[in-house]
Amino acid sequence: MRNQVEAILVGVGAVLALVLAGLAADEGMRVHAWVLFGVLAIATWFLLRRVDFSKAKAIPLKADVATTEPFYNDTVVRYGVIATSMWGIVGFLVGIVIALQLAFPDLNIEPWFNFGRMRPLHTSAVIFAFGGSALITTSFYIVQRTTRASLFGGSLAWFVFWGYQLFIVLAATGYLLGITQSKEYAEPEWYVDLWLTIVWVAYLVVFVGTLVKRKEPHIYVANWFFLSFIVTVAMLHVVNGLTMPVSLLGAKSYSAFSGVQDALTQWWYGHNAVGFFLTAGFLGMMYYFIPKQANRPVYSYRLSIIHFWSLIFLYIWAGPHHLHFTALPDWAQTLGMVFSIMLWMPSWGGMINGLMTLAGAWDKLRTDPILRMLAMSVAFYGMSTFEGPMLSIKSVNGLSHYTDWTIGHVHSGALGWNGMITFGALYYLTPKLWGRSRLYSLRLVNWHFWLATLGIVIYAAVMWVSGIMQGLMWREVGPDGFLAYSFVETVQAMHPYYVARAFAGVLFLAGGLIMAFNLYQTIRGRLRDEAPMGQSVVEGAATPAE
Amino acid sequence: MEFSYDAMRQFADSWGLLGMMAFFFTVIVMVLWPGARSKAEDAAQIPFKED
Repeated sequence: MRNQVEAILVGVGAVLALVLAGLAADEGMRVHAWVLFGVLAIATWFLLRRVDFSKAKAIPLKADVATTEPFYNDTVVRYGVIATSMWGIVGFLVGIVIALQLAFPDLNIEPWFNFGRMRPLHTSAVIFAFGGSALITTSFYIVQRTTRASLFGGSLAWFVFWGYQLFIVLAATGYLLGITQSKEYAEPEWYVDLWLTIVWVAYLVVFVGTLVKRKEPHIYVANWFFLSFIVTVAMLHVVNGLTMPVSLLGAKSYSAFSGVQDALTQWWYGHNAVGFFLTAGFLGMMYYFIPKQANRPVYSYRLSIIHFWSLIFLYIWAGPHHLHFTALPDWAQTLGMVFSIMLWMPSWGGMINGLMTLAGAWDKLRTDPILRMLAMSVAFYGMSTFEGPMLSIKSVNGLSHYTDWTIGHVHSGALGWNGMITFGALYYLTPKLWGRSRLYSLRLVNWHFWLATLGIVIYAAVMWVSGIMQGLMWREVGPDGFLAYSFVETVQAMHPYYVARAFAGVLFLAGGLIMAFNLYQTIRGRLRDEAPMGQSVVEGAATPAE
Repeated sequence: MEFSYDAMRQFADSWGLLGMMAFFFTVIVMVLWPGARSKAEDAAQIPFKED
């Protein structure tokens, strides 16, 4: 009997959500409970249709011609590949919308679609929906392959996947409704935080359970990075989420910390979300997919272990650099700065390790756009981990803080490093998971590569110019001793750059849409008839004689 | 055991710091130990055992 218990539990959840909608103490919770009811009711309907009373052994769901052994639980990974691609498109699209809102303020449609509510929708969609789904998906794939064991806990992996998707839906709808605890990258309110905690503990159980029952004696380094990501994010999320709800039936809560302690807790969380969510977890992807795609072992396994421990020991201290020149004690600011600068070493050690894995196989970059994408992502990892410590230096930060320079830095890391490595991983996984001989089209991957790269380069360059200009205008003092520019003059000066930034986003989204098309065709089992990469199509040779 | 700010700060600045440094340098020494190379090279092959 499959899906029976699940259907009952989700159905009970739907009823409870309906009760909550009736008892809700405020408007936010009431609407949110209705959203939850809708989602759970649909899920119940789907589960009821899939209840299976036969006693036969569970066969993988939708595994048409899967060549991977049924031994592995890959169905959840397949769902994850599709969810990751979909959230990527959504996140990039919302990014373009808010970029255009900054350039053309008339696009702010109150109250649900103004910039203040759309911005966390964008950041959460790309970091937690796109990035988080990518991390859960790839970690489930990699941990099974490198331990030679199937996922622990049976359908618990499904709970992790769908529970996480529910978290995303509740977070996203909450932002548009104006439900927020006003902590950057931790905007969801207390009850959504609690739900994520439950899902995350289940994720930890699945991951550690799989490691425990491994058949490979050594735990491959990619799994160390994934495990540190899961454990640290759990710790950060719980501590930063310590709040007191106004009512158990209401959406609003207040932080357990106040003033500068609250700010420091927030940036201890915020920077380590970068360090462990967007760095450690994605490094786990790097240490698996680059060796696999290049068909060479990692350049130095010993360097990867040093990379791991140095990163773990240093990153956790870097958060105070977000609070330079604030009420935070000066020694704490300096501590954050010094640890940020020390992070140069492990970051570049890791970058060199990733890139040098291609040593002796550099020619593959010419013919394999997937490998090129992975290499580009590591190059952007290097660039943004160079820029980050530089921005954390107090004298540089005095110019850059609160300007668009920071936004440019974040996007060279997020689009370049996280985006590109995820695209590479999706291109690697799709043919393998659906048992196809290759992708639908490598030439489309090449198009995606160049559109994405061009988009990132334009984005970063435009934000450098705009951000540094903004910082210089803010600090310029005239001969009379007064500030030379009013705030609105800086905003006017930045308008052309805002338009250019939106254009860069369009290029990046176009690449994402090409990827979605390519993956869809691959899943359908189609192969595009095309000249292999690295061979130029001879003029007229491809078209039949008239 | 006292859990005041001063006591915890004292611990973090002394034994806590020493313990973390000792752990870190032990790891580095173990990784660079001459015999560790062949084990590391074996471990680097793990992704290629399964497709």
